[in-house]
Amino acid sequence: MIELDWLPRHPGLAAAITAARTLPTAAERLDAAIRLSGFGRDALATTRLDRLAQEALAETPPPAGWQRRRLAVLGSSTLETVIPALRVAALERRLVLEVTAAPYGQVRQAILGPASPLADAKPDFILLAMDEGAVLPPLPLAANQEEADAAVEAELNGLVTLWRAARQRFGATVIQQTILNTRLPLFGSYEAAVPAAPAALVERLNRRMAQSAATEGVLLVDLDGAAAGSGRAHWHDPVRWHQAKQVLSPAAIPLYGDLAARVIAAACGLSRKCLVLDLDNTLWGGVVGDDGIEGIVLGQGSAVGEAYLAVQRYAASLAERGVVLALCSKNDAEIVERVFKSHPEMHLKRDAIAAAAVNWADKATNLRCLAKTLDLGLDSFVFVDDNPAERDIVRRELPMVAVPELPDDVAHYAATLAAAGYFESVAFTAEDSTRSRQYTQNAQRKELLATATDMEGFLKSLDMQLDARPPANGDLARLTQLINKSNQFNLTTRRYTAEEVERAVNDPEVVVRGFRLVDKFGDNGLIAVIIARPHEQERAALVVDTWLMSCRVLGRGVEAACLCVLAHEAARRGAKALIGEYRPTPRNGMVRDHYPRLGFTPAGPSAGKGGGEASYWRLDLQHFTEPECHIRISE
Amino acid sequence: MTTTAHDQILAELQEICREVFENPELTISESTTAEDVPHWDSLNHLNVVAAAEQRFGIRFRTSEVEGLKNVGDFVGLVAAKRQH
Repeated sequence: MIELDWLPRHPGLAAAITAARTLPTAAERLDAAIRLSGFGRDALATTRLDRLAQEALAETPPPAGWQRRRLAVLGSSTLETVIPALRVAALERRLVLEVTAAPYGQVRQAILGPASPLADAKPDFILLAMDEGAVLPPLPLAANQEEADAAVEAELNGLVTLWRAARQRFGATVIQQTILNTRLPLFGSYEAAVPAAPAALVERLNRRMAQSAATEGVLLVDLDGAAAGSGRAHWHDPVRWHQAKQVLSPAAIPLYGDLAARVIAAACGLSRKCLVLDLDNTLWGGVVGDDGIEGIVLGQGSAVGEAYLAVQRYAASLAERGVVLALCSKNDAEIVERVFKSHPEMHLKRDAIAAAAVNWADKATNLRCLAKTLDLGLDSFVFVDDNPAERDIVRRELPMVAVPELPDDVAHYAATLAAAGYFESVAFTAEDSTRSRQYTQNAQRKELLATATDMEGFLKSLDMQLDARPPANGDLARLTQLINKSNQFNLTTRRYTAEEVERAVNDPEVVVRGFRLVDKFGDNGLIAVIIARPHEQERAALVVDTWLMSCRVLGRGVEAACLCVLAHEAARRGAKALIGEYRPTPRNGMVRDHYPRLGFTPAGPSAGKGGGEASYWRLDLQHFTEPECHIRISE
Repeated sequence: MTTTAHDQILAELQEICREVFENPELTISESTTAEDVPHWDSLNHLNVVAAAEQRFGIRFRTSEVEGLKNVGDFVGLVAAKRQH
């Protein structure tokens, strides 16, 4: 119940860790630690994997393309035991966390005190992990509703003060953990009717905390919500509390680490984006090719049929949330299309699915194809298949794809998927809810392109309009999301937190533009971001710190139109030149020639070299002639 | 309680200690105490206790964890709990 049930079991994990320690190089030991962290593991195995990884990381850098973030954990009880679980869960998400913990009980001192250890630690994230003993001193049980409310609000105001101070003083993104409600009920079911009942107070504080966190831009780790879901008795062991002031029972620690790491990973843009579904015995019971459309088990009237329907409902809700859906099934495509069109119990509609690979090719090949069609990385995929053999092959061939272990009974499929937290999110924007429509429109554009004979005619027929106003407050969430998740069309792959983006937007020296593209098929949403600042030495030049674009709009001349916008703005500010920077990563090879293609000339010592170091490019604005493009621009 | 059962618990406990202290050659006997094993501090003691609870499928009482003199006591406690 509090196991990492969606991770596959390793037949001999302890021995595998011992063996991995004897591997000759640090890189091999790190690689083994990363691989083994993808298996179900208890607290001891988690601690050992952390030790293996930490020792290796002291000698070797993380794999190329990984992110590295600093996290400070502040709490009111023993935290040493949970830190390994946080780091290992981050490894599973292509993220190296450098964790510091303040001595316990010193949350306020660390944030508000004069000589804070955090000043040197320079954390990107500060996690506030208090337990119930540190909040809400007891009230007389007879206190009335107003008194109880006032106590909760006073506690909440104290927290908000801490959040704001932590953000302003250290520039960090703050993460608040809900209080694990270990207070015992005094009245039983009548508890909630007594305003000052100890457990009811914590409950209320947690609710208020969640509301305030959302408005304050603070991320939430809902520890109590997770614990209530699986039973708080599994998460908290009073024996452990009395012995060692350890709030979490050892059995819950790996899952706790996962819970917190997924929030941090989500803020770094490392959540999964696409759910790829098998069909037979995953979305319906039976094999449609054998049993026929009428023969599959789906929908009302059969317990099993309703269980499959529940899987479809959950997938459809995820799509509504912005998760991209795709199909990957060994089947006859025509029969499958007929199921979608004519089976009366199909809840999942065909137009909710952005891409389908329904054929007889192997699944790894099909997943690669889907990634290409959708312009998404395989490391953003979750692949759900009832067949253990298929899961095994995909895990072996494509280790970057998340493949949850599924329980025997389809009734638990959706809950397993939910428990894994693959699609953890730190925002829900208007664009998220229209994402699947955008992906479908994009498929239509690709179709038009395939039938168009001349490129110019095609671009003209798209009737594109690019909107490039300075970002407003409401755009920040989406802007940050795009900055943190774009990998391929991204010149420098610099990641910024919401706070940093906000600071840049409000800095009159810095140019920040978010670009929105509309065409005849619909609104593509925010598709590109440029951030430029004055050059440190040559003040009359603007350095392009960040230039990234969604691959959905590749090959449509958007880059040239963005350059026009940037050049106009630079000229308006009296700048004489633009300086572009390209920092190669394993994922951004497609933009190696971005600047020369736009007419920039080599400017840096390493310009033009094959890879590894950054190269610099220059465009003198007096020589700039606007490139031809078929996009109307509104600035 | 037979000797073999005792030996089996001792062997499993030794395996746990090898993992906790990351020392594949570590050997422990009934007379081993925390002082004999490098890094057997309070944090690692809890790691041993937690792993033992999980592997042997038992729960220690608050009072029991504090009263252990040596590995022999630990093995005896596990053996007694497993009989119930």
